[in-house]
Amino acid sequence: MVKRLMFEKPLGMRDTLPFFYNQKSKAREQLKTSILSFGYLFMDTPFLEYHETVGKVSATKEQRLFKLLDQQGHTLVLRPDMTAPIARVAASQLKDAEYPLRLAYDGPVFRAQQTEGGRPAQFEQVGTELIGDHSSYGDAEVIALLVESLKQSGLEDFVITIGHIGYVKAFFNELLGEDEETTEQLLEYLYRKNYVGYREHIKLLTLNEEKKRALLELLNLRGGENVFADSKSLARNQVCMQAVNELKQLYKLLSNYGVEKYIRFDLNLISHMNYYTGILFEGYAPNLGALLCNGGRYDKLLPSFQLNASATGFAIHLERLVESLNDRTNGDNRMGIIVDEDTHGQGIKRAKELREQGYPVLLQHIDQVPDLNEFKKQLKEFEDLTSKGGNRNE
Amino acid sequence: MNKPLTIAMPKGRIYEEAAELMREAGYHLEVDAEESRKLILEFPEQNIQVMMAKPMDVVTYVEYGAADIGIAGKDVLLEQDRDVYEVLDLKISPCYVAVAGLPNQPLSRVAPKIATKYPKIASDYFREQGEQIEIIPLNGSIELAPIIGLTDRIVDIVSTGRTLKENGLVEYEKITDITSRLIVNPVSYRLKGREIDEMVTGLSKAVGGED
Repeated sequence: MVKRLMFEKPLGMRDTLPFFYNQKSKAREQLKTSILSFGYLFMDTPFLEYHETVGKVSATKEQRLFKLLDQQGHTLVLRPDMTAPIARVAASQLKDAEYPLRLAYDGPVFRAQQTEGGRPAQFEQVGTELIGDHSSYGDAEVIALLVESLKQSGLEDFVITIGHIGYVKAFFNELLGEDEETTEQLLEYLYRKNYVGYREHIKLLTLNEEKKRALLELLNLRGGENVFADSKSLARNQVCMQAVNELKQLYKLLSNYGVEKYIRFDLNLISHMNYYTGILFEGYAPNLGALLCNGGRYDKLLPSFQLNASATGFAIHLERLVESLNDRTNGDNRMGIIVDEDTHGQGIKRAKELREQGYPVLLQHIDQVPDLNEFKKQLKEFEDLTSKGGNRNE
Repeated sequence: MNKPLTIAMPKGRIYEEAAELMREAGYHLEVDAEESRKLILEFPEQNIQVMMAKPMDVVTYVEYGAADIGIAGKDVLLEQDRDVYEVLDLKISPCYVAVAGLPNQPLSRVAPKIATKYPKIASDYFREQGEQIEIIPLNGSIELAPIIGLTDRIVDIVSTGRTLKENGLVEYEKITDITSRLIVNPVSYRLKGREIDEMVTGLSKAVGGED
């Protein structure tokens, strides 16, 4: 094994230095204000959970879980997301709470990074869960709140793409019947974003040309409102119709919120193989290269904790949001007071005054400062109370 | 006003073939000989920027979003398993991945060794065959390995089969066909959807008939 050097950290772990910490706090506070304003209540859960419970039902792949053993030999996981722990709480301590339940969270989650750089293994998620509301009104509220939160945080240019896994599955069911193997394979191709493989696979199927064309046409179900008509003409079974009607209704409700300009539809969107059960969405911002936020409706998670309820929610990747905000103001507005032996008491009084006015103030004895001019540069304002500096001389 | 669409492309023959397809689709990305050493080429009149990359690296640039679009071999996509959209088979630079070795040489019973540039493709393939093998990763001249007795077999790209023949090797099994694919970064696919769809439609016509 390579001997670690003193500065090294485990793969994917990052330090948050003051500048980035400030940016993050600012963005976090803005998101939290928006979420609170919609009547959501914040809560937290432990970093460690049992693998048998939260670990098993989480949407994160097994090989990306951080695992450790407790003293009794139970396997524990570092929470890979917040949705599963909150489902656990909703199904236990909060099972008698008034429904629908509006919960929110903010905290680090952990996903092991085995390959290469550029992907943190610990990152912060800010998100919401709306539990026990299975209507389109619930879906619309969550997406509208997501849009509002992103806007309030200062992000201007972003897109939320909405899909519907119920539609895709019913669509395959209509065209492929009970051929579950083919359905799985086609879903897998879409999930892996491999459209070439999807087309190749369809060519090899023993289906009539019309059905094949319909399957290929699925890849074009992307865009704005036009998607509704196209997707209705492609599949006529009741589940598909219902899914399209849900999307239409959702669009109408999102227009009521006035956020429709951020919305696109894409019926090929499959964020996860078997987690979401209805509407699902992803958010993207320029210059990011990776997902900014995602979410959707999940109906199977709560039942795995013996709670029969439907839920929907979103999670924002906070560090990525900060990156895409690209706010270069460092937010450091500290004032400094330099004192010597004689003016220390006077300095304390002056600092107290300024602190009461709301300024962050540091008090520093002159003897410990190697270079006064350099020291001044980091400060927004500066008072030198030493005899040399002259009283109140900036 | 819009930021240019960034395309990561491999140098050399694949570039020329791809540029030809692009031309048919209405994009002019031809390169003068004197510019051929540049790593970034600008085509402002079409709002396109081309990054010249190693074939193995194209997928990396696209996954991280350094490039919106890329042209990459299916071999690299299979080997690296990255989060990008594979939207179109460009059907250029066709070849295939195959298992080869010295003639009439059965696989060792104990620990068959395979030399390859493609550890993942090779181990996936042999696992499917129910064969546990050991990989010896090499970066080039893979054909050497069986000749000098380093490994039982090699897994490598074959286009004409001449290199194998000249070195006295025979092909045992074909693993999969390879062509170049058009790949897209997932975020660009959403944010620059219109430009990208336009290019994909044009290219798929140029390639011939696929929708």
